[in-house]
Amino acid sequence: MFDEKALQKIKAGKDKWEQGTVAKTLAKSPESKKEFTTISGAPVERLYTPADVAGIDYEKHIGFPGEFPFTRGVQPTMYRGRYWTMRQYAGFGSAKDTNARYRYLLQQGQTGLSVAFHLPTQAGYDSDHPLSMGEVGKVGVAIDSIEDLKVLFNGIPLDKVTTSMTINAAATVLLGMYLAIAEEQGVPYDKVGGTVQNDVLKEIICRGQYIYPPKPTMRLTVDLIEFAQKFVPRWNSISISGYHIRESGSTAAQEIAFTLADGIAYAQACVDRGIPVDAFAGRLSFFFNAFTNVLEEVAKFRAARRCWAKIMKERFGAKDPRSMMLRYHVQTGGVTLTAQQPLNNIVRVGLQTYATALGGAQSLHTNSYDEALCLPTQQAVTVALRTQQIVAEESGATDTVDPLAGCYYVEAMTDKIEAEVHEYIKKIDAIGGTLAAIEQGYIQKEIQNSSYRFQKEIEGNERVYVGINKYTMEEPPPEGLLKVDMSVGEVEAAKLKKLRATRDQAKWKAALDKLKKVSQTDENVMPTVIEAVKAKATVGEICDVWREVFGEYRPKEFV
Amino acid sequence: MASKIKIIVAKPGLDGHDRGAKLLARIFAEAGMEVVYTGLRQTPEMIVNAALQEDADVVGLSSLSGVHNYFFPRVVQLMREKGLKDVLIVGGGIIPQEDYEPLKKAGVQGVFGPGTPTTEIVKFIQDNVRAKK
Repeated sequence: MFDEKALQKIKAGKDKWEQGTVAKTLAKSPESKKEFTTISGAPVERLYTPADVAGIDYEKHIGFPGEFPFTRGVQPTMYRGRYWTMRQYAGFGSAKDTNARYRYLLQQGQTGLSVAFHLPTQAGYDSDHPLSMGEVGKVGVAIDSIEDLKVLFNGIPLDKVTTSMTINAAATVLLGMYLAIAEEQGVPYDKVGGTVQNDVLKEIICRGQYIYPPKPTMRLTVDLIEFAQKFVPRWNSISISGYHIRESGSTAAQEIAFTLADGIAYAQACVDRGIPVDAFAGRLSFFFNAFTNVLEEVAKFRAARRCWAKIMKERFGAKDPRSMMLRYHVQTGGVTLTAQQPLNNIVRVGLQTYATALGGAQSLHTNSYDEALCLPTQQAVTVALRTQQIVAEESGATDTVDPLAGCYYVEAMTDKIEAEVHEYIKKIDAIGGTLAAIEQGYIQKEIQNSSYRFQKEIEGNERVYVGINKYTMEEPPPEGLLKVDMSVGEVEAAKLKKLRATRDQAKWKAALDKLKKVSQTDENVMPTVIEAVKAKATVGEICDVWREVFGEYRPKEFV
Repeated sequence: MASKIKIIVAKPGLDGHDRGAKLLARIFAEAGMEVVYTGLRQTPEMIVNAALQEDADVVGLSSLSGVHNYFFPRVVQLMREKGLKDVLIVGGGIIPQEDYEPLKKAGVQGVFGPGTPTTEIVKFIQDNVRAKK
């Protein structure tokens, strides 16, 4: 970005500054640490100058927003057009409880919905299954059948609101239900917008809500992508997720590297299915974390966009610029929250939100300050949503596109993260691809090593965590935490009993039989899944059909 | 040579958050314990069977999905029914302080919330585990 002569002058100037001004200062008062690192452990220099970004070709590496390589953002005007979608992940208790929370959030200015399902739905069990005991309605809403989902969206027009559903191994079932309900509301498939997570690989890597072995579960993933590409064009058919990779302990660069490695595996699976890359790639979406180190996060987001654009263009031969755009949702880092002095978390989330805005995300969930203790209370959720609104409306971060571009530190770090991501992807290719790298535990072990390093740094007081290893204090136990009534389990079980007794048995059985047959062939399962949910087959019943056909996944544990 | 403390690290229920469990498994091994990590989706029966088969001295339960009040006491009860009365049971995860006392009363001797130093957990186990035969 600078001519050779100017650079030489700057380098010489820096040397002189270090030997003179800095040396004098250090002699009097040394720096507080020998080495400065980001929360990911990446080294940070005392000072960055144009010399650190000398290798950057502005047009080629940074470019303009809305254009390849999208370093500066995927839209030309970014938040000057409209803010990111403020989308709070919510769900607890019954569909009725959660519907009330959704209506409240929409009334408060939230602009999209995000469904948290309870673990039984995510793992493909009905609320009355023995493995569901104790879990019903706990970390999300209990959805067993289309009847429950109808209650969940009662009074919410599905052509006006977009909905994100955190559902993976059972994504086809929940998308099927959603489409069936939209149809009942008179909304055609091509007017329905939203996202399903549908990212089964990261379930195996780190999130744990897998059901089937890698190959058949990938087949369901691709069935959904293919169906959506043909019939539900506004639907993001996958949300390839680094969020949970980071939560389980990875560094910022690993978060991007392993997520994009998963992305490569999905894109390859679609290509292998015979779907042209430009037909599906524009509907691949991503999901990342935001930690408190603002500048590292901004660099991470910028690097991620550039890496993905290059991967799609160079590796997959995409031609349509939309195929090269990394569009993503962010959730602030759950694992960064402390149970100690929980109000401090508001500040952490504020910084993480700022990082997200400076980084150019398309949508955001902000965590509530009480989430290291329990599910969020209404008060805490409101503060979390207001945090987004303050950053959007008051901070100025949204007034210009990619405001930190050209910052020597951020550009240098963007390059560094990109290089690390490419190194990892090369290694994973050498292992034999993402699936092989997961099966061998390579990705899991890399994450665990980072998690271990971080814990050691905290316990060795090498890194400060406010309220954990510094500025600690005695405090009374928090009050007014949200509790989910244990009776939800009984209520849901009773509802299921009634559903099973009153539905059209012949229709239900025929639908499940057909699903089994179709699943044994290469035919796309989506149309048959939609028939089955309309016949009131439950999540557990449909997933059981596939347990029979595909088998169940039992992971190897890498500790 | 004194024989090693044997600990089962288990994830009851459907919760998939295993960062803490895996980290502790490594820390316990470093502290000289013999560690068996069960993996995810363990029922109380599976956990107690593992404790029986492995002749474990300690069972460590990890839950971040708010099901500790359901699962932890069930594991204790089942352990007692199977005659495993002197096995130390500890638990951790997203557990609000108000649940500590009831869990301890139910027989979960050590309860550790978010932010607990791992050294504190190791020390608690070493101080409270049954004497080796």
